[in-house]
Amino acid sequence: MVDGKARDQSGAAEAIEDVMAILDKTELVTNAAGRMVPETVNGRTQTAYMGVGKYQPRGNKAAPPIRTAADYPATGDKRVADLETALRKCGLRDGMVISSHHHLRDGDRVALMALEAAARIGVKDLMWFPSASFPSQKGAIELMESRVIDHVEGSMNGPLGDYCTQGKMRGMGVLRSHGGRWQAIQDGEVHIDVAVIAAPTADPFGNCDGSHGKSACGSLGFALADSTYADHVIAVTDNLVPFPCIPWQIQGNNVDYVVEVESIGDPAKIVSGTTQITRSPDRLRIAEFVARFLRDAGILRNGFSFQAGAGGIALAFVSYLKQMMKQAGVKARFVRGGSTKYLVELLEEGLTDYILDGQTFDLDGVRSMADNPRHVATSPFTSYNYHGKGNFASLVDAVVLGATEVDTNFNANVVTHSDGRLLHGIGGWQNCLAAGCTILAVPSFRDRIPVIVDEVTTLCGPGELIDVVVTERGIAINPRRQDLLDAVKGSKLPIRPLPDIKKEVERICGGRPQRPKRGERPVAIVKWVDGTVLDTVWQIP
Amino acid sequence: MTVATETRTGEAGHWGAEVRSDLHVRIEPRSRGGIDIELESRVKPYYGDAMRRQAEEVLEALGVRHAQVQIHDEGALPFVIAARIEAAARRAGRGEGTRVLPDRIALPEPSSRDRMRRSRLYVPGSEPKYFINAALHGADAIILDLEDSVHASEKDAARLLVRNALRAVDFLECERMVRINQLPLGLEDLDEIVPESPDLILIPKVENPGQVVEAGKRIAAIKGDYGITRPIWLMPILESALGIENAFAIATESEKIVALTIGLEDYTADLGVVKTSAGAESLFARQRVVNAAHAARIQAIDSVFGDVGDTDGLRAWGLNSRALGFEGMGCVHPLQIPVIHEAYAPTPAEIERARRIVAAYNEAQEKGLGVVSLGSKMIDPPVVNRALKLMARAKAMGIVD
Repeated sequence: MVDGKARDQSGAAEAIEDVMAILDKTELVTNAAGRMVPETVNGRTQTAYMGVGKYQPRGNKAAPPIRTAADYPATGDKRVADLETALRKCGLRDGMVISSHHHLRDGDRVALMALEAAARIGVKDLMWFPSASFPSQKGAIELMESRVIDHVEGSMNGPLGDYCTQGKMRGMGVLRSHGGRWQAIQDGEVHIDVAVIAAPTADPFGNCDGSHGKSACGSLGFALADSTYADHVIAVTDNLVPFPCIPWQIQGNNVDYVVEVESIGDPAKIVSGTTQITRSPDRLRIAEFVARFLRDAGILRNGFSFQAGAGGIALAFVSYLKQMMKQAGVKARFVRGGSTKYLVELLEEGLTDYILDGQTFDLDGVRSMADNPRHVATSPFTSYNYHGKGNFASLVDAVVLGATEVDTNFNANVVTHSDGRLLHGIGGWQNCLAAGCTILAVPSFRDRIPVIVDEVTTLCGPGELIDVVVTERGIAINPRRQDLLDAVKGSKLPIRPLPDIKKEVERICGGRPQRPKRGERPVAIVKWVDGTVLDTVWQIP
Repeated sequence: MTVATETRTGEAGHWGAEVRSDLHVRIEPRSRGGIDIELESRVKPYYGDAMRRQAEEVLEALGVRHAQVQIHDEGALPFVIAARIEAAARRAGRGEGTRVLPDRIALPEPSSRDRMRRSRLYVPGSEPKYFINAALHGADAIILDLEDSVHASEKDAARLLVRNALRAVDFLECERMVRINQLPLGLEDLDEIVPESPDLILIPKVENPGQVVEAGKRIAAIKGDYGITRPIWLMPILESALGIENAFAIATESEKIVALTIGLEDYTADLGVVKTSAGAESLFARQRVVNAAHAARIQAIDSVFGDVGDTDGLRAWGLNSRALGFEGMGCVHPLQIPVIHEAYAPTPAEIERARRIVAAYNEAQEKGLGVVSLGSKMIDPPVVNRALKLMARAKAMGIVD
């Protein structure tokens, strides 16, 4: 017989041995893109990437437990005193999955509030499942150090990204696109125990709206999957209104508890007051090339559609495109947001019929969504979901995206620096590659670091889906798109082969860059939109 | 005791969170111990080895054998690294009389005397980040500036940067111009710059023909030393009341002068008047420049329009400038280039009228008629000439085929 204490110690030692055994057993396989990926991640067997559209799982979608309205207050008042109470009532236990969302971006206070409440309850080893994390949430590092959080499955950048790539996180990071997050929830790859939704406006029944209130952010689309698939759903608001909260972007019928707090976020960091077009002449040149490409390739025509983000180049692109639309007398049927004042201007000047908006970046966007029925909040379900019966991404004529690296086969990286450190989340980037014409608008080098490279550090987008790379030194069209090459014949645009641009950049930068050293241990994986493993992020030595 | 110059520390360049494409070099010579390089750079994982190698090569070429060297790099390109190390070494009292030249890319074709000079983009000679993509924005010329945009304490370092840029940066179709400092400092600039065959030298604050002679002699001497035969054109900048008075004498002093231009900041300061966007205070001076230039059969080029945010003001200035007889102006930001090109372009109505005149002229030539007429109007030879010139210009601008 051993006494209790000794048994505990040997138990801990066994647990550590188990972990080491799992790590040791993490076999690497080569996927269809030729990348080395782990077979097992966080104790779960993975499917290696098989190619675009090749992986088609069967069976039924996941579903939350059956609930009974009789168990909820007939008054419709689901308020509880605080987050801690709500988490206790949800039965939060060690090892559970707790989710949050990034519609409040770097201004969000709710995710950390919930994780800290979980710490006070005393639970351990949670998996935090944010739709994206932001630098202001670096407090999560302390919670990982104290074992409240075991690991994060969601984009990580800044301090959290460094923590992960330095190999300090116990579990492995899993990076998914917005659509991939929906896919993982729907096919049961990730089961959410408790979803915590930050609501700029809510009623006691749990209906939530993002377009009104002091912390208004526009669309709440990222939280929609969690609200319908999680076992328990908590709405946290700083603007409680009497039932009904209209519009109800999140339906109270899916919500268990409502918590009222002083503030869900820092309004200054939730949306920009005004988004500004870049004044960098190089970036403006890239933006103008993109717009001219759409015009000269004949994509700019009546009833067309496009999507562009809120980065400096994307905003400038919209501005150039707008002039060309006016000159040509054409209008769009719809544009996909990330909405900004530049998209709102298109809508208000009658240059597009609709904005289908997944994320709202500035105050003009928030106002427009609140006031204009043609500015519609959407979610990754409608836009990006692999398990949907189709999605909007493939209906978009042209999409303009960024990248950290592109190789001469048009493969692209969007999550890591060239030295392997995590820099960005995938966001909707992978999902957008389904558009009719996918354009990467990138400088050919940043400082002395080439963007056009021999091989990307981390593969996020297969080259077969990337059609055009626009740089300040010329435009490269994927040889697979002979139709686009033909379409711009006779155009004055500087169309050049991608290897040509790479050669010029290497001459300017003083030769081909060294390959940075990388560690041998996988610290995170990049999922493809279908849930298969596309690539690995390695520990930085 | 050690001699003071032997331990003098030399520093050059810039670093910090806001700095891009530059570096800071600190060289502390010592009497033994060889070269010890401390390197910090965000591009170290990619070019750390190359930077170290380059630093060692440059120091060796400069004859620096023993020194403590600190490099804070912010993504500088090799031609910048070489220039900064050279500047720091010279400031440390080393490397006198030695030049460390980066690889030279092929020299572009020499520029022609009467090429189009609608827009010339000023690039501060001490800001390498602006050099690299300067030529992408379609200006007719790039001016690497050593004068007003460079602080007095940075003249020596900027000169080396500009020299290296002329060797290593591809300025594409742009005419490669350098604005040197006012003489006599400008003569030192010429010593570094002329061996790299710039297409044109702007001489600032010219007041009398003697200054052109002085610069011209120095250029000819250096060209001789280096066996350079291609032309290096001159563009005097008149920036004072006296300079304006002497405009024609200056314009005709050297056959290398291809254009005359005016600097309005200094000119209005000289007059003690306020520079306005309407420009009434400088109208006489500008017209004088136009007239002197045309009398000398060279180009008249206008000053810059300084308010980058005021596109409408720039357009109005450009249209007025063209109407006065200028053929181009300076720009301080790439965004000004297309506005200026549009302002100096012939209007569709002008082109249409010129086309009809040229057609009528050609028809008259074919029929052997001495008199050209358009409708009921007789067209004088100067009108035909002007129409031919305008069509040639429109063709050069890519407006007509």
